[in-house]
Amino acid sequence: MKYLQLVWSAMFRRKTRTIFTLLSVLAAFLLFGLLDSVRSAFANAAGSVAGVDRLVTVSKISFTLSLPKSLLPRIQALPGVATVTYANWFGGIYQDPKNFFANEAVADNFFDVFPEWQLSAAERTRFHETRTGAVVGASLAKKFNWKLGDKIPLQATIFPQKSGANDWTFDLVGIFRVSNPKQQSQESVLFFNWDYFDEARAFGNGNVGWYLTRVADRNQAQQVAQAIDALSTNSDHETKTQTEQAFNAEFVSQYGDIGLIVGAIMGAVFFTLILLTGNTMAQAVRERIPELAVLKTIGFSNQSVLGLVLAESVLLIVLGGAIGLLLAGVVVDAVRAAVGEAVPMARVGASIWLRGLGLMVLIGLIVGALPARRGMRLRIVDALAGR
Amino acid sequence: MAATHSRLRSAGSLIGSLIVAAASIGVLVLAPWWLLLAGLLLLAVWMAATRIGRQAWSVSEVGMATIPQRLGAASVVVVGIAGVVAVLVALLAMAAGFEAALQQGGSDDTAIVLRAGSQTEINSVLDHDSAVLVAQAPQVLRDAQGQPIASPELVLVAALPKKSNGQDANVEIRGVGEHAWSLRPGVRIIDGRKFGPGLREMIVGKGARAQFAGVDLGSTLSLNGQTWTIVGAFDSQDAHNSELWADTDVVAATYRRGSSTAGVTVKLTGADAFDAFKAGLASDPRLRVDAKTTRSYYTDQSAALSKLIRILGVTIATIMAIGAVFGALNTMYAAVATRSREIATLRAIGFRALPVIVSVMLETMLLALAGGLLGAAVTWLLFNHYTVSTLGANFTQVVFAFQVSAPVLWSGIKWALAIGLIGGLFPALRAARLQITAGLREL
Repeated sequence: MKYLQLVWSAMFRRKTRTIFTLLSVLAAFLLFGLLDSVRSAFANAAGSVAGVDRLVTVSKISFTLSLPKSLLPRIQALPGVATVTYANWFGGIYQDPKNFFANEAVADNFFDVFPEWQLSAAERTRFHETRTGAVVGASLAKKFNWKLGDKIPLQATIFPQKSGANDWTFDLVGIFRVSNPKQQSQESVLFFNWDYFDEARAFGNGNVGWYLTRVADRNQAQQVAQAIDALSTNSDHETKTQTEQAFNAEFVSQYGDIGLIVGAIMGAVFFTLILLTGNTMAQAVRERIPELAVLKTIGFSNQSVLGLVLAESVLLIVLGGAIGLLLAGVVVDAVRAAVGEAVPMARVGASIWLRGLGLMVLIGLIVGALPARRGMRLRIVDALAGR
Repeated sequence: MAATHSRLRSAGSLIGSLIVAAASIGVLVLAPWWLLLAGLLLLAVWMAATRIGRQAWSVSEVGMATIPQRLGAASVVVVGIAGVVAVLVALLAMAAGFEAALQQGGSDDTAIVLRAGSQTEINSVLDHDSAVLVAQAPQVLRDAQGQPIASPELVLVAALPKKSNGQDANVEIRGVGEHAWSLRPGVRIIDGRKFGPGLREMIVGKGARAQFAGVDLGSTLSLNGQTWTIVGAFDSQDAHNSELWADTDVVAATYRRGSSTAGVTVKLTGADAFDAFKAGLASDPRLRVDAKTTRSYYTDQSAALSKLIRILGVTIATIMAIGAVFGALNTMYAAVATRSREIATLRAIGFRALPVIVSVMLETMLLALAGGLLGAAVTWLLFNHYTVSTLGANFTQVVFAFQVSAPVLWSGIKWALAIGLIGGLFPALRAARLQITAGLREL
């Protein structure tokens, strides 16, 4: 620490060059912050901690096919099952296909299985009592400026009403919140009553999209899942039951390997960054050879010189990188404020900072290694003589 | 007073050069290739024919001859720009590939008819009577036997393990009618044979065959307790390559869909018949359907994702380009600094400022061009025809290949030149403004 002053002034010996290098580092870590935020958002969606005690049961052929409602009492009767609920994808459009958000018809006891979705008791009662009632997440309500009592018209894409019309209208009776900030993307959903949906739709009546089962003991989730699937083995509606976590992970992976794409881009970015700052550091040390020789002459050890040069390169990268990550945080917050929670960008929080700082130190050490070795090995006589 | 004045002047010249840089980048980005080629020729003529041009050439020659002595610094420009171009070209090639895969499936003289409001085939349910009515429309072309060329189709989804990670992903199963082949003349059987009508047989698209496990010729699939056999493979050169095809009626039975289908695809008597076809369906009180040409249907499906990939590509490349510009600036300022004595000597013996500017610019642009070519070549080698898949409109995997095409490569090269332009301009101006007396004293 006592050499900070020395390292600092050595770094800014050539202001323009250092500032340009800092700006390059800044750009690289700005990009790292943004891309890692996107990657984290997908990883969060795939592996949210909640949901290990919940099982998702869908048709074995694919989750787009429905299952008979007759499975409900049979699943409920299995040992180890605490609560079973069910839901159906609706796929309605609000005003324009660009306004996409998920909307689902859900059973009465749906919110029992998802305690993390907080809906007040009064609003819950109103939801049950209002046939055409709907509840939405807070982010979604904010995005479209909906208030309790509003009528929300949706255009059906899959399920027309019995009359053949595609217009469904719901009354907003509740707004729920999700406590965990990592799962706030789940606030962008609209739920409405299953009974109304099943009575009014033109076809598919009596079938459900998927079952959600809460197990009594999460250690027995695997056995319960197998027992549920065994109910329909060799029937014409075989099921596939997974933990909610595994189901989400599989779904997200269908978009493509986000981690691989981000990794490839960051590989290209950091490769060029290492070359670029490596060149700067090599230049900086080359110019300062006589000065380093003077330091050695007045008693600095080889290790101290090595440390000074390494410290300088690490400081250079950490300084530029930290500003870049700060900037990335500002950009991510601005995008989230403008587009809403649904955008796949996680806030630049502690875990992204930790990974970023680790990378900064690592790159700083790699970049500084060769110049530092050169500084350490220089012979005072040759260096002072300019040989 | 004098100091303020000179500061004002240097601020003025900085703003001036910023404007020059911005304007030339604008020209560079918008210009077609022949305009740039013409500019290059003009430069060559100027260098050969005029005195000052010849001066510029000889100064540039000296500058370029010294590049091997500063290989490390020069490679910063080359590799920095190569990185930007590689990432940009890869992402643009991804967008182009996705678009091509979907849009090649569409044409103006075939139309797809779905239940009103359903947007995609997976959402749509069309009863048998409606499907027959649609096919009877007068604008539908008829074959030699007088049958309308119409294929009632059913799109369903099966979860199959992907080869890459073993995880289940959705594959599209398309039930097609007997006229599917005349509707899509581009589809060829590349292996095995077509499925037999009324049988539990399927053929697999080339892309699906590459991405999913267990769909090779002779394999069997179990769907709802029924066994299906893969008897052939086809290549359609479009998004159908991601699908498995079978007989509509048999698929409907397996998925308990009765006699309903998702929609009907018809061949029209001509592209100009579409408006009348659509109007005819809309005015029929027995039908509640939407009609689109297959071209607009597939364009709508690809528009959002390819736009997103392009925006991402340009955003990422812009940030990387900013980093690369500063790298280039560092290198070129250092190059000018090491040559300051030589430049001052040239100025002292009567060379004007312009040849010096041209030589520094030319050198940077050449390094940038080398970087651009390197980046484009790397991407082309690694990613041309690289096949990936993502989730499409039907909740199923759309397999597509990166297309590192000429326009994509060209925009990469243009980006490289633009970065070189900014990276070279400011050092060039410094070289031109160098104090001759001070420069001569430099060691």
